[in-house]
Amino acid sequence: MRRETADTANVVQFHGVGVRYEHGPEILQDIDFSLPAGSFHFLTGASGAGKSSVLRLMYLAQRPNRGRIVLFGRDVGTLRRYQMPALRRRIGVVFQDFRLLDHLSTLDNVALPLRVAGASEQDVRKFVPDLLDWVGLTDQIHAKPPTLSGGQKQRVAIARAVIGRPELLVADEPTGNVDDQIAMRLMYLFEELNKLGTTVLIATHNENLVSRLRHPRLHLEQGHLRLG
Amino acid sequence: MFGHRSDLPLKDDASTRFLPWLVAPMVFLCAVALAGVFILSTLINRWDRDVSGTLTIEIAAAPGEAGESAEQTRIRVEQALRILGGTPGVADAHALTQEQLVGLLAPWLGNSELLKELPLPAMVDVTLQPDIPVDLDALGKQLSQAVPGASVDDHRIWLARLIGLSRSIEWLAIGVVVLIGGVTSATVFYATRSAMAVHHEVIEVLHLIGAADAYIARQFAERAFTLGFRGGVVGLGLTLPVLAAIGLGAHKLKGGFLADLSLPLSGWLAVLSLPAFAALLAMLTARATVHRTLARMP
Ligand SMILES: Nc1ncnc2c1ncn2[C@@H]1O[C@H](COP(=O)(O)OP(=O)(O)OP(=O)(O)O)[C@@H](O)[C@H]1O
Ligand SMILES: [Mg+2]
Repeated sequence: MRRETADTANVVQFHGVGVRYEHGPEILQDIDFSLPAGSFHFLTGASGAGKSSVLRLMYLAQRPNRGRIVLFGRDVGTLRRYQMPALRRRIGVVFQDFRLLDHLSTLDNVALPLRVAGASEQDVRKFVPDLLDWVGLTDQIHAKPPTLSGGQKQRVAIARAVIGRPELLVADEPTGNVDDQIAMRLMYLFEELNKLGTTVLIATHNENLVSRLRHPRLHLEQGHLRLG
Repeated sequence: MFGHRSDLPLKDDASTRFLPWLVAPMVFLCAVALAGVFILSTLINRWDRDVSGTLTIEIAAAPGEAGESAEQTRIRVEQALRILGGTPGVADAHALTQEQLVGLLAPWLGNSELLKELPLPAMVDVTLQPDIPVDLDALGKQLSQAVPGASVDDHRIWLARLIGLSRSIEWLAIGVVVLIGGVTSATVFYATRSAMAVHHEVIEVLHLIGAADAYIARQFAERAFTLGFRGGVVGLGLTLPVLAAIGLGAHKLKGGFLADLSLPLSGWLAVLSLPAFAALLAMLTARATVHRTLARMP
């Protein structure tokens, strides 16, 4: 216990984690892995293998049925409710289904993590347009999600995940809706962020991407996770 | 109202839009009940002051011709005053003059010359010492035996009953105010819950990107405050003409038994502060509701 919580070299640690939904079988069994600070990993596996479930555990949307998860050196199981928001702000999330807020403009969607963390409007105006420029959404800055294409939405979702310079970035199929060229551009964005110190975990089907970028891969199969 | 921006599209929300139209009649009812409480308590205080420490003895006019009757009555009054003077607990006793009697009757019978011709009963005003209890029944018996036609006016007993009844009504009105507050709060509770259900996905996103419960609750609370205040103002708008009409009616009765039927200043202040109270109640309820609901999220 003491050994692990003191271990700040690992941003994420899973110890014998198991997950089941309702009364079904365990879709994740004895998951053990850790993400060292500053690392970049892919998470692969067939559809339904449990990639999104692993990520949901990491961004605290879900609790494991057994086992222990340590984030930033803190055992998630012992966290009090009021301590969770601060921890969540250190994690940037790209959801598989984007989860943009339809009534907010691109600018306001991307600004959300800053505002939630209490940033000033000055900071919002300073950082958000630059990032939108980088992901090629300057023309859509005032557009609302329903008027955006799938690929544009995806980029808004990614911009929202990275705007707060999170220490840990988890992305669920972040390149599912864009062509390979834009996919690579987005990957470079993640790599830039990674170079600045962010630990990155990306769940993806895209074998092409995984082989082009030489990052270690965690593979899920039949409820088990293995490195390689 | 607060100048804060909101991440939740609460502005055009069907589940809360009706709130002002529910708060308005609540505030109206509450204002009427509150006005009742204030008017009654003023009345009770006045009656209370009237009954404590005073007593009236009535001595029927003696039969016979006008002059003779007056003389007889005067003798009876003297007797009564003697008895009262010897009664422990009586601080002062004096007969009302003919002018005072006529003055008392004037509101009912007019200031007619005829009054002076009538064989009026005599009245003795008695002031009691505040700390010595007087056995009114015994005194009454003693007086009526010694002085023909004398009786202790029992308005004290009657007023005490009236005060008791008024107090009950006062408590009833306070109960009504509390009940209205409870119903309003429950309405806001359900409206907030259904608004949260409608915006479940937005709330979840805010939650997952690290919004504290208070951040989300604030947005609902500010919205509820605005809606509650709006309803309160409408309700107050409905109330003011009614209270003004009562005040006008009371003014016409002025000088009589119900002289204080108009709303005292404190009552006006209480009624005028109702919209703010409604807004505050809505805000606190919404906030508590959001916190309670969010506590169930992981
Ligand atoms: N909320 C849920 N309730 C019940 N079962 C669920 C739930 N979420 C996921 N599952 C099941 O858990 C298993 C893993 O789902 P998960 O979404 O983690 O897979 P995935 O690897 O992300 O798949 P994909 O590549 O299609 O996104 C699936 O069999 C799925 O049916
Ligand atoms: Mg998935």
